[in-house]
Amino acid sequence: MTQYLEFEKPLAEIEGKAEELRALARANEEMDVADEAAALDAKAEQLLKDLYSDLTPWRKCQVARHPERPHCRDYIDALFTEYTPLAGDRNFADDLAVMGGLARFNDQPVMVIGHEKGSDTKSRIAHNFGMARPEGYRKAVRLMEMAGRFGLPVVTIVDTTGAYPGKGAEERGQSEAIARSTEMSLKIGVPVISVIIGEGGSGGAVAFASANRVAMLEHAVYSVISPEGCASILWKDAEKMREAAEALRLTAQNLQELAVIDRIIPEPMGGAHRDAKTTMASVGVAIQEMLDELKDKDGADLIKDRRQKFLDIGSKGLAA
Amino acid sequence: MNWITNYVRPRINSIFSRREVPENLWHKCDECGTMLFHRELSDNQNVCTNCDHHMHITPRDRFTALFDGGVFNEVAVPEPIADPLKFKDQKKYPDRMKAAQKKTDEKEAMLVAAGEIGRTPIVAAAQDFSFMGGSMGMYVGNAIIAAAEEAVKLGRPLVLFSAAGGARMQEGILSLMQMPRTTVAVQMLKEAGLPYIVVLTHPTTGGVTASYAMLGDVHISEPNALICFAGPRVIEQTIREKLPEGFQRAEYLLDHGMLDRVISRTEMRDELIKIIRMMMQLPPQIVGDLPAPEEGEEAANAPVDAAASEEAAQ
Ligand SMILES: [Zn+2]
Repeated sequence: MTQYLEFEKPLAEIEGKAEELRALARANEEMDVADEAAALDAKAEQLLKDLYSDLTPWRKCQVARHPERPHCRDYIDALFTEYTPLAGDRNFADDLAVMGGLARFNDQPVMVIGHEKGSDTKSRIAHNFGMARPEGYRKAVRLMEMAGRFGLPVVTIVDTTGAYPGKGAEERGQSEAIARSTEMSLKIGVPVISVIIGEGGSGGAVAFASANRVAMLEHAVYSVISPEGCASILWKDAEKMREAAEALRLTAQNLQELAVIDRIIPEPMGGAHRDAKTTMASVGVAIQEMLDELKDKDGADLIKDRRQKFLDIGSKGLAA
Repeated sequence: MNWITNYVRPRINSIFSRREVPENLWHKCDECGTMLFHRELSDNQNVCTNCDHHMHITPRDRFTALFDGGVFNEVAVPEPIADPLKFKDQKKYPDRMKAAQKKTDEKEAMLVAAGEIGRTPIVAAAQDFSFMGGSMGMYVGNAIIAAAEEAVKLGRPLVLFSAAGGARMQEGILSLMQMPRTTVAVQMLKEAGLPYIVVLTHPTTGGVTASYAMLGDVHISEPNALICFAGPRVIEQTIREKLPEGFQRAEYLLDHGMLDRVISRTEMRDELIKIIRMMMQLPPQIVGDLPAPEEGEEAANAPVDAAASEEAAQ
């Protein structure tokens, strides 16, 4: 059963009614509810379309954070073969908030790295809700460096609220670890491709998204700060997150206009969680297309293009 | 360049460029409460003469104290698009900018300059915490890129004084993009084989710490500076426990291996000269009164490139 978001409540009512009718019909064979249920279905479908055709930035944040949205592990299972996790930063620990390892993508060996949020209470705690500690970024640095030496393209799956704000994380150099991960992404002579599948939370996301090509799912968000954080600082009121989400221009559509991302991957009606399989297939197509765009470039060109791409960011503002 | 222009003229300049007398002749130290006479305080680079508390110092005042004879040449920074997101919170971003410009008499939150310290040519960049919390937006990114490019062009080290609450929210994602952009700038220096020295000052936090401020060859900090990714308040809210005394302060970071040195502002110049001259394979700095150069000595002590000395004399 779908978990409904707050703004989807009217939808939940209609879909609930349709479900109830069908349950009644199953219990009582003489009842014919087909027409009535179909009418409700049509109504629900129209409402879903209406809700999702023009999601506000804050609603997009909620969709991007939807607990049933496919996560990194789902993408790795669906799109990659022979995934072989490589663990640890060779220094302190293995951070489960970051998954990474060797895998084949359409037979091509690659290094895949991503944030994993977890999908139930137990796995969410194990993965620290996708909030990486320094060890996670250092593991990524290790894997990217290795990918660079062995000519393996790097594919990153970005989905994090942000880097973990904890005591140990700070003591072990969270800032330095993030900086080194960004640095390594910009340094290696292999294609680096990022897909922001849910939340692109600040520095914790940049560390994996300093790529030759950055794609975003239609309802994913990517921002310097969470709307709640921004609201509490600038509005002195965390409840002003709707206004903050609007002001931050954190939607895929705005970010493409600003030339911060290269492409938007469409989501099924009602968001990725309503049809994970279709969503993941679209992401797979996009990754292959982005790899193809880069396949004729040598290492030096890949590095140069990647750096130039970031140096050029900011030459385009949003239309008034 | 000649001996006279390099050593006499800058001194004259610095006498004439003395700042106007501020309205408030006395300043109270926020740490120990001592009343400090403004001249005494500015002569000590805004470090309390009683308790050694390091107060904020503007990039311009810092550079005046840092560069030989207080002489430096500003490096031009390409202007970014103003208010690219048309950002509005309770105030409009352009209004916040105007207020900050009026308050600081500066255009933006970073100043870049070329000049000499102890006759050692360098490029320096300093972040201005009094300008919207020193926040890193497009301009600061452009400034760091311009600083790196100038350093590479002149074959000089870059010394960067960081001070910021983090990224500038009013520029949204574009402020976040300064993390990779400034990282590219640091890579330019590294590839040119030039030293990149970061002096972390109070406070250096958020996206600034997680990019150019933590990628130096040498990390020096001023005493007691707050240096962190997530601020102490955010961490206390997350882990629901009290943080230890001195957590995320310079000395704490030194203990945890994130910094090389913690040095008082008043000793920073000599420290930088010493480190840079070794990294650049230059002879030790001549301390004390310089003898008038003999024939040929000038060339030996001259900076690596001619452009440097011309600038210093301008
Ligand atoms: Zn004091």
